[in-house]
Amino acid sequence: MDPVILSRWQFAMTTIFHFFFVPVTLGLALFLAILETKYVTSGEEIYKKMTKFWGKIFLINFAVGIVTGIVQEFHFGLNWSEYARFMGDIFGAPLAIEGLMAFFLESTFIGVWIFGWNKLSKKGHLAAAWMVAIGSNLSSLWILVANSFMQNPVGYAVRNGRAEMTNFWALLGNPNVWHQFPHVVTAGISVGGFLILSFSAWHLLKNKSENNEFFKRSFKWAATYALIGSILVGLIGHAQGQYLAKSQPLKIAAMEGHWETEQPASFSVIGIVNQEKQENTWEIKIPKFLSLMLFNDLTSEFKGLIDLNAEEVAKYGPGNYIPPVLISYWSSRTMIGIGLLMVLLAGLAVLWSRKDKFVDLKWFLKILVPAGLLPTIAITAGWIIAETGRWPWIVHGLQKIEDAVSPTITPGNIIFSLVSFLVLYSILGFIGVKLMVKYGTNDPAAGEGKGE
Amino acid sequence: MDLNILWFILLTVLFSGFFFLEGFDYGVGMLLPFVAKTDNERRAVINTIGPVWDGNEVWMITAGGAMFAAFPHMYATLFSGFYVALIFMLIGLIIRGVAFEFRSKRDDPAWRSSWDWAIYYGSLLPALLWGVAVANLMRGVAIGSDLNYYGGLAPLLNPYSMFGGVVFLGLFLIHGASFLGIKLEGDLKDRVKKLSGKIWIAVVILTVLFLVWTYFATDILNNPGYDGMIPAILAAIALLAYGWFHRQDKEGLTFICGGLVIILTTVMVFSGLFPRLMISTLDPTYSLTIYNASSSPYTLKVITIVAVIFLPLVLAYQGWTYWIFRKRLSPDSLDLHY
Repeated sequence: MDPVILSRWQFAMTTIFHFFFVPVTLGLALFLAILETKYVTSGEEIYKKMTKFWGKIFLINFAVGIVTGIVQEFHFGLNWSEYARFMGDIFGAPLAIEGLMAFFLESTFIGVWIFGWNKLSKKGHLAAAWMVAIGSNLSSLWILVANSFMQNPVGYAVRNGRAEMTNFWALLGNPNVWHQFPHVVTAGISVGGFLILSFSAWHLLKNKSENNEFFKRSFKWAATYALIGSILVGLIGHAQGQYLAKSQPLKIAAMEGHWETEQPASFSVIGIVNQEKQENTWEIKIPKFLSLMLFNDLTSEFKGLIDLNAEEVAKYGPGNYIPPVLISYWSSRTMIGIGLLMVLLAGLAVLWSRKDKFVDLKWFLKILVPAGLLPTIAITAGWIIAETGRWPWIVHGLQKIEDAVSPTITPGNIIFSLVSFLVLYSILGFIGVKLMVKYGTNDPAAGEGKGE
Repeated sequence: MDLNILWFILLTVLFSGFFFLEGFDYGVGMLLPFVAKTDNERRAVINTIGPVWDGNEVWMITAGGAMFAAFPHMYATLFSGFYVALIFMLIGLIIRGVAFEFRSKRDDPAWRSSWDWAIYYGSLLPALLWGVAVANLMRGVAIGSDLNYYGGLAPLLNPYSMFGGVVFLGLFLIHGASFLGIKLEGDLKDRVKKLSGKIWIAVVILTVLFLVWTYFATDILNNPGYDGMIPAILAAIALLAYGWFHRQDKEGLTFICGGLVIILTTVMVFSGLFPRLMISTLDPTYSLTIYNASSSPYTLKVITIVAVIFLPLVLAYQGWTYWIFRKRLSPDSLDLHY
């Protein structure tokens, strides 16, 4: 077995799993800070109860996010040591800054938040909640500064056999960061909102009168939150697509499954992609729509994969530079389709929040319960696009994936770690989700058990 | 002083902080099944580190990140070379981390007991394996001219390094016990103290033997110009003082001495290595040093500015949390989360 393939599988598996939990942390940390602010400013006890109730789900999720994050910190040394040597001068700094600026803040104040309810003043405790929200979202900024360099290298020079940083501000000001970072933060907001909507809808369907006020309020707050997140994540995603058309044309061409250059370019709604023959054997198209989406007009040319590949060959030498089109194409359709559905659902939830209309719309509540998973699917698809769309580069134009792997580890080593993580993560995921469901479906009116 | 030296010192600080703070977390986790019998006692023990363990663990994450940023070749050589050992460590850290949050989430004794064992093994594995790793750094490994170590797991499990692992484990155990000494009260605390008195004797014997072995098997204690002998002697004195204060029931001083042993041992290792980061046993010129393994001067400058601003801030707010949660716990305490 090829160590490169095995290492890629391991990285993909551990990263995707880690990122099931991270957006929930980002979105819920902010949601809880907002709820607690409402409690402190209004003095209404129900908001404290809401903060604590949803806080339990948050903490279970947080634990799994944290432990799977440790693996990520060391992964670049474990399996990708040649990458670490080539890129360390640039990639290490944002990781170190992430620890100093964000992880410490988040992890120290999460302890204060959990244990400090009776030890701090109301405002002091609220401050801790905001520190957790700021710390976790700030950590996503720094890891995306690092990731953005892999997509769009800036502020560097290749010397001494490696990429060296020449301008830190260019790294931080990378336009890729300022598309990706808000996209991730607003994705977190939508996932947090939909999760609360899902559990609230479940409880409202149960219709226990003493809890209805609690979940009606949770529902309304979450609906607004989810709608803001869903609209913003879509708008930013749209801007990101237009940016990608300039910065990573192969990635966007793979997302759209567009083989031939076309002017004006049609949009493929759905189709059958054949990567070997480099064509789509069947598809439904909207004429001129891709030009409109990416260039805001009905006339612009869109370069197809075949021409773009020829340009790359001229630039970097013979080889295949076309990313896995089938994966990119379907991931992008999944992400965008779900994104639109999320706007619709969150919009209806807000609309029907007037006079608590949603309480009687059982069919709508029944749809919202499983809809809690929608943002997570969309986010996963989004990351698959971002990372497979880089192929064959690990750092665009500078280092190929096959040159980045650790030379010291054997396929046996990687199979051992891959299987260990797979088994461990499956168990953790199963237990974590089960506990979240248990606490999300608990009765908030019931007393608390020992430690429960 | 150039920035390479400054980052060598900062790496020493970060690893000292990590071993000091996570050291007692590991110790508490390893003592858990042996000192706490009832569920309430176990919860009291776990909750002594409850509010702080997560912030403590970030010291390890940040030490790793700082190593990547300042000395990327050390990060690459160490983690790819010690691959299998590190995977075991990560497995330990993963099960320990979730165990804290999961254990009290169900009222089922079998469930809770399973997670207690997860905390135990999840503390023991990293404690032992960090010791093995550090002892291998002291002894040197077969690093070739391309900066890589190709030897795999087996040569890392040599007698000296295994012994080093046991010594580290012992130091973390008594450090954790002295932390429980300042955090618990009543019967439970007395039980910990009785046990740690016995462990201390064993740790003293093992540590002295390890220092003698280190003197003959490595150049850490006679590294010209920067020898680790002075911090080694100070660490030994602090270890003896630990036992003295332990008998006097001076809990605060016992804890301080335990912490000093850990910090001085870390300083001994790093000063004995200086200016090397990883010693090659094949050829001294293949060793990774603070110059041939470092980042560019520009990158070092960037991360220096960040560290100078944020490290004092971190110390201030983490120190404050220890003040907030200074109250002792007992099995009857109410304010327990885990």
